[in-house]
Amino acid sequence: MIFTRAIGLLLLLLLLLGMLSPSNAAEADLRAIIAKFATASNFSATEAVVRELAATGDTAVERPLGALAEGDLYVRKADSLVFIGKEGGGSVELLDPLSGEKSGEAAKGEITKIKVNNTLRRAIRDALGTLTLGAKDPAARIAAADTMFKTPDATNIEPLDAAIASETVASVKALLEQARAASVLVSDRPETEKLAAVALIGARGERNALSLLTAVEANSEGVVNDAATAAIANINSTLALWDAGQNIWYGISLGSVLLLAAIGLAITFGVMGVINMAHGEMVMLGAYTTFVVQEVIRNSFPGLFDWSLVIALPLAFSVAALVGLVIERGVIRFLYGRPLETLLATWGVSLILQQAVRTIFGPTNQEVGNPSWMSGSFDIGQLAVTWNRLWILVFALGVFAVLLYVMKRTPWGLQMRAVTANRRMAASMGIRTPWVDALTFALGSGIAGIAGVALSQIDNVSPNLGRGYIIDSFMVVVFGGVGNLWGTLVGAFSLGIVNKFLEPYAGAVLGKIVVLVLIILFIQKRPRGLFALKGRSVEA
Amino acid sequence: MRGSFSTITKMFSAGAVTAGLLMSVPARAADDTIKVGILHSLSGTMAISETTLKDAMLMLIEEQNAKGGLLGKKLEAVVVDPASNWPLFAEKARELISKDKVAAVFGCWTSVSRKSVLPVFSELDNILFYPVQYEGEESERNVFYTGAAPNQQAIPAVDYLMSEDGGSVKRWVLEGTDYVYPRTTNKILEAYLKAKGVAAEDIMVNYTPFGFSDWQTEVSAIKKFGSAGKKTAVVSTVNGDANVPFYKELGNQGIKAEDIPVMAFSVGEEELAGLDTTPLVGHLAAWNYFQSIDTPENAEFIADWHKFIKSDKRTTNDPMEAHYVGFNMWVKAVEKAGTTDPDKVIDAVIGVSVPNLTGGYSTMMPNHHITKPVLIGEIQADGQFETVSQTSGLVMGDEWSDYLADSKDLISDWRAPLSCGNFNVATGKCGGKGTN
Repeated sequence: MIFTRAIGLLLLLLLLLGMLSPSNAAEADLRAIIAKFATASNFSATEAVVRELAATGDTAVERPLGALAEGDLYVRKADSLVFIGKEGGGSVELLDPLSGEKSGEAAKGEITKIKVNNTLRRAIRDALGTLTLGAKDPAARIAAADTMFKTPDATNIEPLDAAIASETVASVKALLEQARAASVLVSDRPETEKLAAVALIGARGERNALSLLTAVEANSEGVVNDAATAAIANINSTLALWDAGQNIWYGISLGSVLLLAAIGLAITFGVMGVINMAHGEMVMLGAYTTFVVQEVIRNSFPGLFDWSLVIALPLAFSVAALVGLVIERGVIRFLYGRPLETLLATWGVSLILQQAVRTIFGPTNQEVGNPSWMSGSFDIGQLAVTWNRLWILVFALGVFAVLLYVMKRTPWGLQMRAVTANRRMAASMGIRTPWVDALTFALGSGIAGIAGVALSQIDNVSPNLGRGYIIDSFMVVVFGGVGNLWGTLVGAFSLGIVNKFLEPYAGAVLGKIVVLVLIILFIQKRPRGLFALKGRSVEA
Repeated sequence: MRGSFSTITKMFSAGAVTAGLLMSVPARAADDTIKVGILHSLSGTMAISETTLKDAMLMLIEEQNAKGGLLGKKLEAVVVDPASNWPLFAEKARELISKDKVAAVFGCWTSVSRKSVLPVFSELDNILFYPVQYEGEESERNVFYTGAAPNQQAIPAVDYLMSEDGGSVKRWVLEGTDYVYPRTTNKILEAYLKAKGVAAEDIMVNYTPFGFSDWQTEVSAIKKFGSAGKKTAVVSTVNGDANVPFYKELGNQGIKAEDIPVMAFSVGEEELAGLDTTPLVGHLAAWNYFQSIDTPENAEFIADWHKFIKSDKRTTNDPMEAHYVGFNMWVKAVEKAGTTDPDKVIDAVIGVSVPNLTGGYSTMMPNHHITKPVLIGEIQADGQFETVSQTSGLVMGDEWSDYLADSKDLISDWRAPLSCGNFNVATGKCGGKGTN
């Protein structure tokens, strides 16, 4: 019956097209269903078409469904035909929804996009999940198992059974079995099977399992309910441990951001004693340099995008160092030993820099993209570690190490320390103290610039970028001990960790206040911070 | 070094004031023009949002002048910069009204800046058009609110999430920046959700400071709250700068809109411009206008804007449309009254109806709020919003929320004979007090 109808449709299609195509009966059917997208007037009608497509079980629907989920499926107004559209410039390139072959172009006004919303996207994801269960790529099968685990349905059991039987990779098989267990729990299978399923899911021990079991607990009774309750308690106790680990990681990560922001200040304020209120603006200049580098790369060398941050680093350092040098030579050198005037002058400089950037680039945020190696996250047990945070931590420690080396092992570092310890003595030994001052200030500013490259990955690139970090930076340096790089390191990480441990209990607002109060109390007790410099020069 | 830390904070406030005083455009005295004040921050933290509104106003005034001005006179914009400094808003408002003798002022963004200028406007009897969505609980004789009240944004947004289309959400995270707008909005929403039968343990409220940038703990708390076997959504009143790191963290921690959608009230095209939106597709925002709205009026407005600002990358947004509507209402009211005298214009503007950009008309109601359509949009990969739901008709702004015990008996009607912004229908007296 179906066969004859299909033959009929095929003949009809051949007649219509007036040509012989290698299409088969199923394809004609699929095209008939896809054509219904053109007449679907609302989301639920579109969803019905999606379900119908999925029900064919044909893997060819992956292409149109995927395109629909991405919002790339269009209807041509002239003849109500459905196409996949790829936007390029002013026009849209039209592709056949099944074969993906090019079939012309259209102006944006000639086609209408088939709208999708979250409910529809979820429906498509579920549909694709079932369809990709037999895919060749193990990653696609894992994704399918994952979706089916999150959206259990009694009708999934059969296809999953078949998939489990033919699965050869052990890890994928385990996931498929868990997905099957999830579906068993929402079916009317016997209690013994459900108990086994609870045990299997309980063993996963993560949030999705917890979510599933909580739903089971609410909708079941008897032994299954007891088993679910026990499994939930078990998962919760494991998760509590991971939570502590997570807080430490978040604290370290916040600490690395603080360290990056403060480390340049540790030089200008810590070593030279200059209260530089324009420090945050050096960070901002670094971030804008990254933006400019990325713009150039986007327009001229798109292939280099993943290298954009590496390219931006030396440039950001040079830009910020140069501006720092100009500020030191132009303003600060006249004000050494007058902290109040320095503070006001650098505050003015910071306003000038902000407004200059606002005039040049406009007041709105600029888009700085994440290179692929800085996007997404990976899991260690139940701990989600995001790549950008991890790289920032590595980078912050790297910058710290380099700076430490410069200060302790190079002649320049020796001169810097000599000038800090006793300016007049250093001068009489033949050190050109004004130039050491200028270069030290430029170094501190340059370091702030490269901090900007890193911070552009996690924060707004706007003229206000620096404002958010200046207080925190001073806090870290003062807390860690003025004039001591190690103090800055320890200060940054301890502030980060304390902050992140307080946050879940006290909230972000109160947490920050508590940290501030703690620091004030600490400074009362130890005015020179964690690691105080010792010696006569400090008193001067 | 011991004293330096406290001096830093002192200098901070001193510096902020001087910075603000530095920039103000001197107005030229001329009797043959009508002066219009523009009171938006052009420096400081709010410059990011408010500068665009200043430009939009300049464009509207330029267009009106090209059409022949108003009452046979040219309009002249007087721009001042309150520098994101709330007390300075009041000073600058006073300067605009007393020194520059403006006929009306268009300005303010944050609620605290609006609250700071209120006494100035009622003392000197002038008009303020306020273009931003806000928390309600206010109706002043001298202020016209062209942004959304909570019932024109927050409540329909929550209704959408509760509906089948929106995913039948059962569990709610109310995430906000710690200041008056999110706190009041969340109070209203909490009361509304509870009235709809949502249990207290299914609502989580959390606040973060202004400009917050480390969202790891908050996002993982949302993830945790969402794993209780019920459909969860986040209603975000997170303000301005803090949004970009918030969304970046959501994307990085893999929270997809299909699983836990985030409905934002302060994120528009402008905020998304600094962001790669690919991981955010499907997250939502509720506004009364989107740049993607397909009407001839909007197409013209966008084209004019791109021409005026000389960049076709700049986006339009909801508060810009509010200024568009508010400015046209003022123009029409002045023509109706035949004078720019604030008292006459305040009376004339009630009932004035002008086209908005979404294909309908907005009318100024007696409570000084306007009628608007409510749109729910999903973020797209190109940084624009796709409308997924729209109220069937226009919604009238309700200044006193029906869901708060303090304000449910209050109404506002500025027409004679009532002429009262906070009339208590229970006691029959003018002078009720709302929640903030």
